[in-house]
Amino acid sequence: MMERKIRVLVAKPGLDGHDRGAKVVARALRDAGMEVIYTGLRQTPEMVAEAALQEDVDAVGLSILSGAHMALVPRIIELMIANGQGNVKIFLGGIIPDEDVSKLKELGVAGIYGPGASTEDIVRDIFAAFSQEK
Amino acid sequence: MTLVDSIRSGDRLALARLLTQVENDTPEGRQALDQIFPYTGRAHLVGVTGAPGTGKSSLVNQLALHYRKHEQKRIAIVAVDPTSPFTGGSVMGDRVRMRDLAGDPDVFIRSMASRGSLGGLAHTTAAMTQVFDAAGFEIILVETVGAGQAEVDIARLAHTTLVVEAPGMGDDIQAIKAGILEIADILVINKADHSGVENTERSLRGMLELAHPVRRVFRHHGQSMVMEAPKENREENIWIPPIQRTVATEGSGITELAEAIATHAQHLRQSGDWARRERARLESELEALIQDSLTAQFRADVSQERYNEILSQVVGRQISPWEATRNLLNGRHP
Repeated sequence: MMERKIRVLVAKPGLDGHDRGAKVVARALRDAGMEVIYTGLRQTPEMVAEAALQEDVDAVGLSILSGAHMALVPRIIELMIANGQGNVKIFLGGIIPDEDVSKLKELGVAGIYGPGASTEDIVRDIFAAFSQEK
Repeated sequence: MTLVDSIRSGDRLALARLLTQVENDTPEGRQALDQIFPYTGRAHLVGVTGAPGTGKSSLVNQLALHYRKHEQKRIAIVAVDPTSPFTGGSVMGDRVRMRDLAGDPDVFIRSMASRGSLGGLAHTTAAMTQVFDAAGFEIILVETVGAGQAEVDIARLAHTTLVVEAPGMGDDIQAIKAGILEIADILVINKADHSGVENTERSLRGMLELAHPVRRVFRHHGQSMVMEAPKENREENIWIPPIQRTVATEGSGITELAEAIATHAQHLRQSGDWARRERARLESELEALIQDSLTAQFRADVSQERYNEILSQVVGRQISPWEATRNLLNGRHP
């Protein structure tokens, strides 16, 4: 039996075409020993939820720079709950105004990271989320 | 409803979770494999291998689209990507090229990290394909890690193996080396709109003619010499790998490639090779499982102290590795 690796879907929903941040995070998670599935740009919420289901991931990392996070994130959470994946942890990176942060956390987003966040913090938070579970 | 009933009735979450259990080789996963095995053996397993950057993922995307559009078959895709030997992590990007397939409930894509396995597949890729097979997927496309010359495990797993080349990826000497080209049932030259495609096709054709002599005319300083093929090669049921040009980003050549895959499946069934390959495949799987079990049993029987003691004797050149093995195997209960 092999050790259970943390599987993370890194996705870029919405229309902005800037995925440098998503790729840096994907690389950092890889270097932390996680298995990262990267979806590429311009994913609809349906595509993100479907990929999360097929890949049976433990966590989903979303990168949204377009300002559409209040439309995209709740929809993704809703679809994932409908798919039976309400237990999957969701992390969000991008430019998220403070007043939205608390709303998104209420919806169940486990971590939110703005410009200047360090990849060490993201990695640490993901590990912490899973060590609590065990 | 049992797990097996769930996956056979199309429960995608149950299928995804079972795939995780099987990938991690858990006791639950093994138990489920026992239960689903009678339902396997129906799918056509198509392997797609080739060097990194030749366009394997794009080709798989196009093939899956073709099968959905023209044959209404249920398609599973297993895409294997490499695991970092240093951190154990992996970034799997095959889905980036497969976005056209999103939203179709009869396509299921699963990414898999190789987890230290060296033959181009992961240790549990074969078991994953059994799960898809039992779940009723009719064509299972298995994409290997970007493979170079020796990652040939896919040929043991798949019924039909596509080896993908691209123009400008090697000269004539690459084509006569042993390894990956030898396992091709179909040779695909992707990116056929790039320059150099003629040269690539010529060297591949040359390689095929050497490997499958039919009737050759040697010309040497104006003299012609006809050589008849060896008798066994003249029989009808020799499969000579066709060469198919494609441009996966545009979808050209895909219909012809799908036809070649279907022709190969037909050939395998008519010639009896399908049954022979199934037998060989299950035999190699059985062998691998026996080896794993014996190793596990051995590890359980021999204490780590005794093992370290013998290893120190080998390191000190007191006994040879062969003698050490004999000692360890004979004296398992010291």
